[in-house]
This record gives sequence, structure tokens and C-alpha cells, in this order.
Amino acid sequence: MSEKKMLDDQHYEEMIQEESICINDNIVYEAPKSALYDTPMHYCPGCGHGVVHRLLAEVIEEMGILNDVIGVAPVGCSVLAYNYLNIDMSEAAHGRASAVATGIKRVLPEKLVFSYQGDGDLAAIGTGETIHTCNRGENILIIFINNGIYGMTGGQMAPTTLPDMKSTTSPFGRDVITMGAPLKMTDLVAQLPGTYYVTRQSVHKPTNVRKMKKAIQKSFEYQKQNKGTCFIEVVSNCPSNWKMTPVESNKWLEDNMLPYYPLGDLKTPDGK
Amino acid sequence: MAKVKGDIVIDIEKCKGCELCIAACPQGTLEKSKHVNQKGYLYIVKVEDNCTGCANCALVCPDAVITVYRQTSKAKQQVAKISNVTGDLTVTVKE
Ligand SMILES: Cc1ncc(C[n+]2csc(CCOP(=O)(O)OP(=O)(O)O)c2C)c(N)n1
Ligand code: SF4
Ligand code: SF4
Ligand code: SF4
Repeated sequence: MSEKKMLDDQHYEEMIQEESICINDNIVYEAPKSALYDTPMHYCPGCGHGVVHRLLAEVIEEMGILNDVIGVAPVGCSVLAYNYLNIDMSEAAHGRASAVATGIKRVLPEKLVFSYQGDGDLAAIGTGETIHTCNRGENILIIFINNGIYGMTGGQMAPTTLPDMKSTTSPFGRDVITMGAPLKMTDLVAQLPGTYYVTRQSVHKPTNVRKMKKAIQKSFEYQKQNKGTCFIEVVSNCPSNWKMTPVESNKWLEDNMLPYYPLGDLKTPDGK
Repeated sequence: MAKVKGDIVIDIEKCKGCELCIAACPQGTLEKSKHVNQKGYLYIVKVEDNCTGCANCALVCPDAVITVYRQTSKAKQQVAKISNVTGDLTVTVKE
């Protein structure tokens, strides 16, 4: 183990100046500039919402569809998504994002429309809208952030809360006998004929982030071809309401969430 | 093979000190600073000069704080490998 020494700012600057390779030609990764505003996001440190916003912005820039995309923000922590994404967006009442997205897509069929929803939004108050949107096979993309909890309102139990998981409304842990088992929305919508591409991803590791980006890319491609509803679940974290550090929350996610919500494609065009 | 040389630039005012980048870096390049930024977060600093420019840190960063650079190896292109002399001999030219 090499001994680490904390460089003070002056040393750091000297180090950069010595022989800087930080020139534009050498950039391998930089934050999206046009689709993502340069404002700090209000999300708690380490929250998966930020990563998904960034990936959406990256895909929108890379596909050159900045002026062709319309998003629908939910009620939940990501209610202010339109403050960060430099695209046309609409707000929807709690749970109704996929219904609003349906309306937008039907009026403007040449636009690429997506809804961005949490698990309280999509799987509790909006279950009906979600299932019917998928059943009708609306040509939209639904992004479903599953952090197993109501984040914005302070950590109440969601339909996706794991068995025995504690929340403010299940202080002794979720009892599946009285509260039911966690709802696997993604498995449910994969059964419906209207969905074309259904997948479960996460953003807690670099490889997963890369896969998630590909899933968004594919979904917009399919939407261009009018194939039907694309549905991406993102198994995500909520360090604040899980009462963990971000690093711990990702570890917990891997150990507890992923066995119940296994990652991978549930429905693909070639039927694998 | 020569080690790939990378570097990163951190927008410290946007960093929220969540440490996900530290956990994702395979090189141990990053550490938390002893200072706080304007928002009061202990931001991230580079403490080792061993970055390979793999971009893992930037990929997991929720706040799009990190820009990653990697040195292009144009300068060290191998043009010929001559075998069977007394040992292997590799000729390189600089552009
Ligand atoms: C009709 C209505 N009912 C309830 C609320 C209160 N409310 C706001 S956000 C929220 C839950 C959001 O949780 P989730 O969708 O999981 O998103 P997260 O915050 O975890 O990202 C609730 C119940 C509301 N705003 N409107
Ligand atoms: S409360 Fe949870 S979901 Fe909401 S921003 Fe904070 S960590 Fe993210
Ligand atoms: S992942 Fe981003 S926000 Fe978190 S500590 Fe690292 S640079 Fe800062
Ligand atoms: S680019 Fe790779 S090696 Fe360099 S700091 Fe980031 S994670 Fe570490």
C-alpha cells in the first residue's frame, strides 16, 4: 500500500501545470453541455436521480434530438427535472405522467416523448395509468426510478418497499401478510402486448451506468420506429431515507434490492 | 505496455462529497479534501498521480462534476519491430 499524502491546493495546481494533458483533444468524458443546465441539482448527495438525468442529457445530445424530445416530470423528488434538463417538459399530477405523455404524443406524434417517474408515483397512485398506457402500447418511453420508498415526502412505504424493510409507515419492517409483497411493476408490464422493450437497469456501478445509457438509446430508436411502449426500471437508491451514506446505500442496493429486482431485459424485440 | 496516462478536472463547487467516485476509482486516485466548498460539502481532490482516464468516477457521479482526459499515444507509435538481432529491438519515432 502506498502512503497517501494529501496535496494542498497549491501543490495540486503545480502538478497540473507541470505537464497538463487536460486539453480538449484528450477529453474522454465531459458532462453534457447543451441538454443539461450547469446548475447544481437539489438532489441529496449520491442520489441516483442525478445520474439518470445526466444519462438522458447525454443520449439526447448524442442523438441530436434536443429539439425533438418532450419529457413529463412526476410528483416526487424529480418534480423539478425541468430545471435541469434543457428540453421541453411538462409537469403532471401525481401518478399521471404516462397519461399526460400519451396526450402529448398523440397530438405531436413526430416528437419523442418520455415520462420520468418514481415508484410512489408510478406504482402506487399511478398504477392504473401506467398499466393502461402500456396496454394501449403508447409510443412513449417510461423511465421508472425504483428506490423502494417515497423519497420526497420523507421515506414512507411504497409498493416497492422490500419485505421487512423499515420505513416511516412500516417502522417494524414491511409485513407481507398485511401489507402485501413488493409489486414488480416491470414484470407486470412485460406481460402486456403493448410493450415493446422492457428492461431493468441500475446506475450504481460504472458498467451498469453504461448499460443504462444503451437502454435509453435503444428506447428512443424504437420510438422513432413507432414500435410501442418502452419501459425502463432503474433500481436506485435513496441514501437520505434509507439513512445510509451513499456508498453504503449502493452496497445495500446490491445486497438487498437486486436479488428481489434482478437486472436485465424482460422483453426485447427478438424475444430473448 | 506503457501505462495509459489520464487526468481529471473536478468542478469542486458542484461536488456534494458523496464519495461514490472514490468507491468507483480502481486506482485510488481520489480522496476527500479537508476543505469545504461554498455549499459546505467536503469536496473531492486528486491525491495520487496515477489516474488512467478510465472515466469510472465521472460515470457514477450524480452531479456531473468530473471531466476526464486521457493522453493520446500518437507520440509513441511503434513503427517497426526488428527481430533476431541480438535481442529484440523496437524502433519508435516521435512526430
Ligand atoms: C395527489 C397527491 N397525493 C400525494 C401527494 C404527496 N406526495 C408528494 S411526492 C410523493 C411520493 C413520491 O415518491 P416517489 O414517486 O417514490 O418518488 P421519489 O421522491 O422517491 O423520487 C407523495 C405521496 C401529492 N403531491 N399529490
Ligand atoms: S430523498 Fe432520496 S430520492 Fe429524494 S433526492 Fe434525496 S436521496 Fe434522492
Ligand atoms: S461522485 Fe461527484 S458529487 Fe460525489 S463526491 Fe465524487 S465528484 Fe463529488
Ligand atoms: S478516471 Fe479512472 S483512474 Fe482516473 S480518477 Fe477517475 S476513476 Fe480514477
